[in-house]
Amino acid sequence: MVIRTEELSFNFGNQQVVKSLSLNVPSNSIYGFLGPNGAGKTTTIKMLLNLLKTQYGSIYIFEQELNKNRVQILSQIGSLIEQPAIYSHLTGKENLLNRAMLVQVAKNRVDDILKLVQLDHAADKKAGKYSLGMKQRLGIGLALLADPKLLILDEPTNGLDPNGIIEMRELLIDLVRNHDKTVFVSSHLLSEVEKMATHVGIINHGELLFQGSITELRDVSKPLIHIETEDNVAAANFLMKQNIIPVEVKDEGILAPYISREDMGRVNSLLTGNGYQVYSICKQQKDLEKLFLDITKKAQA
Amino acid sequence: MKGFWLSFRSEFYKSRKTLGFWGSILLPLLICMLVFWGTYAHSEKMQQLSGTLLWLQLSGGILNIMGVLLLPMYIIFLSYSVNNIEHKSETWKTLFSLPIPKWSVYSAKYAYAFMLLVICLSLFFSLTIATGYLLELVKPELKFHEGSISESLLRLYIKLFFNSLGILSIQFLLSLLWSDFIKPMGVGFLLLIASGIGVGANWKYIYLVPYAHPMLAIMNVIRRAKASFGSFNINVVLLTRETYVSFIVAAVVFVAGFFIVQKRSVR
Repeated sequence: MVIRTEELSFNFGNQQVVKSLSLNVPSNSIYGFLGPNGAGKTTTIKMLLNLLKTQYGSIYIFEQELNKNRVQILSQIGSLIEQPAIYSHLTGKENLLNRAMLVQVAKNRVDDILKLVQLDHAADKKAGKYSLGMKQRLGIGLALLADPKLLILDEPTNGLDPNGIIEMRELLIDLVRNHDKTVFVSSHLLSEVEKMATHVGIINHGELLFQGSITELRDVSKPLIHIETEDNVAAANFLMKQNIIPVEVKDEGILAPYISREDMGRVNSLLTGNGYQVYSICKQQKDLEKLFLDITKKAQA
Repeated sequence: MKGFWLSFRSEFYKSRKTLGFWGSILLPLLICMLVFWGTYAHSEKMQQLSGTLLWLQLSGGILNIMGVLLLPMYIIFLSYSVNNIEHKSETWKTLFSLPIPKWSVYSAKYAYAFMLLVICLSLFFSLTIATGYLLELVKPELKFHEGSISESLLRLYIKLFFNSLGILSIQFLLSLLWSDFIKPMGVGFLLLIASGIGVGANWKYIYLVPYAHPMLAIMNVIRRAKASFGSFNINVVLLTRETYVSFIVAAVVFVAGFFIVQKRSVR
């Protein structure tokens, strides 16, 4: 595991914001750390970077205990926390040169990074005059500068336009697939994480509600049969008499439990054989967005 | 040590375009230019003064302005400006998530503030001397070359530097902890005013108050000069009891600040 936490907890005063969090982030993965705003994502990230002192539990990064090996571990991490922290009175290039000096990276790497994050045209512009998207890209560039093995990014697509979001996603996927990196990325948008993550952790009110691969997350969601007929209500009543209990009946169609392909064929034959005209019938995976809401709502209840 | 040097170089790189850095150069330059202009404009009144008295008049003009009020105020400002770069850009979290020991980041920042103070006071000394000779160049009737107080003046500036270290450490820590300029500035200014009153009232224990130390350095020289009236000797004793207090306060606050930074969470 690249990141492993054991029963990590954190309190701000009397309020417990992270509760017994046990994260497992495998090597060479994109781990989407999902949760609504205020769920404890940034607090967890700050603990992973040793910015907040661990109160309870322990953190292992690259299988080394964080507090005892802080400098060695941080030398292999690139991070972006909340909004990008950049010196507004310096140009984009100067921001990177300053960081290059601190992390002892050759100056010519700065030009490569500027090209990578597509800021080469604005390299000599004051960073304070950058748009939010440009600042975000500069923040990513700063995180990538030292060619770290692990990238920890807190809501990196904030402020990016759709093109920027796609580019960022492609960049992260490329880093993991072709450059052997591990990415830990937090977001409150499942749709965004779904498109790139290999692993997911869902947190709400400081508690880890789900952790596993994206396939495992999909498996949690039971598949359904979506049937669209001429008369959905009548068809649903008929199915109930056949001991096939619909999950939901809507104007657009009926949702019934999916068992197998053969079973779906049988349902189709039953309906058409009894005079119910079927317009469409297909297997439907529960929307992950809905699943995410279900998981977080269930925890709230 | 490597982390310290990297951080120190970065401090210069970051601040080289800010008023915090240029203030240490512009402040002595501006004050010396004003004193030059004032002396030049009223040179006829000073023509009859001896070389030593001319130097005393010139350096006294500069020291009276900066030594008592401007120097502590400048220290408050420079301590703030060194830390404000990070407060303003919200870069503390980045700085402390770099693979550099926290003590290196903290001590490099302090050392940089220390260096700015050295630059400022060195320039005050050298520009005072340069102003004197420049005045003689444009007004040959002002015979600065006939006297010299450069050694005493150098000792006085060194003493001012020593006596400023306590304030530097306190203000540096306050500015590190508070992002709002008003708080460290307000506390510093209040303590400075209180110290001024204490010095004026000859309070017995004023030597224990760091904010009074630069004032005490100047006052002691004036007292000694008055006592030896006629000989125009400026006798500057480098190490006096308030200087020792300044050293102790500087060291204690610096170390305490390090432990606070070490234990403190970066929000």
